[in-house]
Amino acid sequence: MADLALDPRMELNPPLITSGATYAEVNQQISVITETAPPKQWYWVFFGVALPLLGLLGVCLTYLAFTGIGVWGNNVPVGWGWDITNFVWWIGIGHAGTLISAILFLFRQKWRTSINRAAEAMTLFAVACAGIYPLFHTGRPWRAFYWLLPAPNELLHMWQNFRSPLMWDVFAVSTYATVSALFWFVGLIPDLATLRDRAQNPVRKTIFGILSLGWRGSASQWRHYELAYLILAGLSTPLVLSVHSIVSFDFATSVLPGWHTTIFPPYFVAGAVFSGFAMVITLMTLARYIYGLENLITIKHLENMCKVILATGTIVGFAYATEFFIAWYSANQYERFIFMNRAFGPYGWAYWTMISCNVIAPQFFWFKKLRTSVPVMFVLCIFINIGMWFERFVIIATSLHRDFLPSSWGYFRPTWVDIGTFAGTFGLFLTLFLLFLRFLPAIAISEVKGVLHHQINTQPATAGKGGAH
Amino acid sequence: MATNLLARLNLPGFESESKKVKHYGVVANFDTPEDLLRAVRTARAAGFSKMEAYTPFPIHGIDEALGAPRSPLGKIVMCCGLTGLVSAVLLQWWTGAVDYPLSVAGKPLFALEPSVPIMFELSVLLSAFGAVFGMLHLNRLPTYYHAFFNYSKAEGASNDRFLLAVEVEDPKFIAEEVKTFLDSCGSRHTELVEA
Repeated sequence: MADLALDPRMELNPPLITSGATYAEVNQQISVITETAPPKQWYWVFFGVALPLLGLLGVCLTYLAFTGIGVWGNNVPVGWGWDITNFVWWIGIGHAGTLISAILFLFRQKWRTSINRAAEAMTLFAVACAGIYPLFHTGRPWRAFYWLLPAPNELLHMWQNFRSPLMWDVFAVSTYATVSALFWFVGLIPDLATLRDRAQNPVRKTIFGILSLGWRGSASQWRHYELAYLILAGLSTPLVLSVHSIVSFDFATSVLPGWHTTIFPPYFVAGAVFSGFAMVITLMTLARYIYGLENLITIKHLENMCKVILATGTIVGFAYATEFFIAWYSANQYERFIFMNRAFGPYGWAYWTMISCNVIAPQFFWFKKLRTSVPVMFVLCIFINIGMWFERFVIIATSLHRDFLPSSWGYFRPTWVDIGTFAGTFGLFLTLFLLFLRFLPAIAISEVKGVLHHQINTQPATAGKGGAH
Repeated sequence: MATNLLARLNLPGFESESKKVKHYGVVANFDTPEDLLRAVRTARAAGFSKMEAYTPFPIHGIDEALGAPRSPLGKIVMCCGLTGLVSAVLLQWWTGAVDYPLSVAGKPLFALEPSVPIMFELSVLLSAFGAVFGMLHLNRLPTYYHAFFNYSKAEGASNDRFLLAVEVEDPKFIAEEVKTFLDSCGSRHTELVEA
């Protein structure tokens, strides 16, 4: 190790898996997490927070279903409020998972292997949280199936309007959830087989035996498997970009000042990646601490994610400036008004929170010392998550609260059901994530072994000849 | 005479003596992917053709060494994707312009431009189904039973062992000879596995 560190190229490309692990050690370290109780009290502390919040979600949604969506603060003129804000925010959180598993896979970024499994799980759970909002904003979620999906039915005798972006949204989000779940499960199959082979307890052996579908890891199976994984990555890449673009169409195809802009699709996608990576860092620093995974999820992984956050954060900041510039340059008085009102109107406090969290916070990642410090990145990522929530809130509330008629101006205030539902989705998200950490391999065992194999084969060459990583 | 006939039909309880104990093949156990790859190449050179390798992660170059053909999965996915594309167009045209025509703001009942998002999403959805279920079908998964699992160290294939099976269907298969051959390739544990 000592002479490896002397090589300047090794400093640029430090090994992705430290502590000289073997295949068996990787297997042991990751599998044992699912086989034994969590090692630190923190796990139970998080559970203690998550479960009451989950209960709160149940209470709020039941109350809403029995009473009607008037229990939310939405009203004229702000017909969209926290429901759509939270929906867009949660969908955005999910995007980092797909980005890591699909786009970084296509770019052959080997550092993704230690974080992709947990990030994909995060995607699924975030999409589940997001899905609650469109489902419950119909007011009668048990009938939403007929209103949202084009299923022949005797109830309505009519079809959905496919010219509506809200309909595109249904297709985009449900496709996204389905493909993410398939991608995640396909990635899990070899690792489920590993858990099956290690299982001592017959119940465990049966469960993982069924889940792993009889996977053997034969060369012919790997051949089809690898191609399937590559194709899924290839499909998910445009999918993830399309989902947030289509979410942005909900706004962009309307004629409301502040919404009706062509910058929305790329701007929303960048924002989604930005907030998603921040959430991945928030969760991974915790999981890494609870389970002592510092040798697998190294500072290098976290630093790379910080760089992505810096890049996307800069895009988001640039988009804010562009919006303002275009509002002025268009010479459209309504457009100019809405942007002046965003910054200096009644929601100015939300606008400046957004700017501070999204534009200023990521700038600290220019400094290597800060982007390699776990406490610093943890705090900054929390700020970024808050900032991105405010971004969606600012877009929705400020464009609606002062429309073309000053007589109908108003101010949106969330009700306790709004707040409780949002807090409750955190409970759902955290509960699912903690259960995932406990029962499924949080790191892709077979992929890490592949990276380890690559590392074993290239490291002597790197040390000797100074070859590229 | 009668027993011979029954034996030929392979009915349970009447199998001929030689068929009573069926074998899957001889499985050898290697320490590293490189050892396995070398063994596969040696075995191919020695004329074995019905072989299967079992590894904890995909080893590049092993398909060529085993002489495996390219996976047809790409074609399956292509067909599924096109089905998704066509069904999206049909769905939107039929529901919007034929079965339930509803004029919204004077927009055309069916046009290609607003149909693109659904066309894209359904193509991706059906392609993904094609990729996953096509892969499962090609791999014959889910499977309830496979003879490979009778190998006493089969669980190593998902841990840190690299296994090579020469199957009984191989025309050159003679258990003892295969065993000696695989031992000479550096196998740590070679075993004749029952089916």
